[in-house]
Amino acid sequence: MRGALAIFRKDMSIEWRTREGLSSVLVLGLLLLVVLTVAYDAPPEAAPALAPSVLWATFLFTGLLGVQRGFLLERENDCLSGLLVSPIDPAAIYLGKLAANVALLAVMQLVVVPLVGLFLHLDLMPVLPGLLVVLALGNLGFAALATLFAAISVRVRAREVMLPLLVPLLIGTVSATRSVLAGGLTLASDALGVLACFDVIFAVAGWLLFAYVVRD
Amino acid sequence: MRRVFPAVTCVTMLAALFLVFMVVPIEQQMGIVQRIFYFHVSSAWMAFLGFFLVAGASAVYLWNGSRGADRLAEAAAEVGVLFCSLVLVTGPIWARPIWGVWWTWDPRLTMTVILWAIYASYLMLRAFGGEDEAVQRYAAVLGIIGVLDIPIIMVSVRLLRGMHPAVIARNEGGSGLVDPWMRIALVVSAVALILVGSWLMQLRVRASRLAEEMAALRRETEARQGEVA
Repeated sequence: MRGALAIFRKDMSIEWRTREGLSSVLVLGLLLLVVLTVAYDAPPEAAPALAPSVLWATFLFTGLLGVQRGFLLERENDCLSGLLVSPIDPAAIYLGKLAANVALLAVMQLVVVPLVGLFLHLDLMPVLPGLLVVLALGNLGFAALATLFAAISVRVRAREVMLPLLVPLLIGTVSATRSVLAGGLTLASDALGVLACFDVIFAVAGWLLFAYVVRD
Repeated sequence: MRRVFPAVTCVTMLAALFLVFMVVPIEQQMGIVQRIFYFHVSSAWMAFLGFFLVAGASAVYLWNGSRGADRLAEAAAEVGVLFCSLVLVTGPIWARPIWGVWWTWDPRLTMTVILWAIYASYLMLRAFGGEDEAVQRYAAVLGIIGVLDIPIIMVSVRLLRGMHPAVIARNEGGSGLVDPWMRIALVVSAVALILVGSWLMQLRVRASRLAEEMAALRRETEARQGEVA
């Protein structure tokens, strides 16, 4: 646990000093939001209905970039080998990386979600508590899977391999967001169940399988 | 065994074709196009079998590093994707006259196409990565993760709308298979396609074992030539 905390602090301080990951993620997120909103070209009264899909499509692609960056850093100067010979369990490395990714994605959501509300004429304040639950569950599930696959994609150019695996998460988050926007959390219980299962299964799977991915 | 297996497969396949085209009565509502169902459903079963074999063999490979398990996982993924493609081809051929559209985002259809995409990306990962030992481990991780995804996919696609018929429904008037010959034809077709799939996997495993032996021999001769020179 202390090892995981050390990894988390290391990643956070690198990010704090360079702010490279966050800025690239935010710019890409903003660009995607603009492109998707312009492409739909919805009249103001129909725009709010697009919010769930626009939000999560943007999240997915920016998230892929952000999580992968965290591992590209480890490749420079062969830092990953340094981590592996350090007296830290690979599972703890996974947990630390996962926490760092969740934090990065949460900051990204903090900027992207209000912009979705702004672009698509949506008042987010009344539905905020429910929305926060969906955002947190979606963030955790995505980061759990993406952290595992980021370690793969720094070696093999195959980042998109994990896209089909994320489809249930996408269906769950979009459906839950739609229900939350329509009338609060109670409508979203089925979708939230799917998301919770996804989070638990892939956090555990990542925790168990990470050692096989980084082993040399 | 190597002789008997293809022969048994051929006979079963011919029996399945005979049953589907000669014996089974024409379905009253859907007509002739319903006959594609026997191979459609059987292919789906074989595809599922292949995907679960990928996960099983991948787990064994991660556990003890057995080369045979890795070869089996690759072969099962290829055969699984092949049969899943057959499902995705035969389905629309049936759906066009019955539903009026080639494709719809019904839960089962969505699930099948996602599964196809997961294992197609598994093959992509293998193809991009080459013969690296790390890539085999990555592929094994992906193979396991893919099967873990199946139950969540099954639940999540129910959040979408549905219209796919239940094949062997237990409730509300039973299945659509009224004639006993229909059930027999389905079972024989399923056995036939599972035999074909197993035969293909066996050939594929042997091919990759031979390829590895070839590569090893080539390295050896090159090393010897190096010594002579």
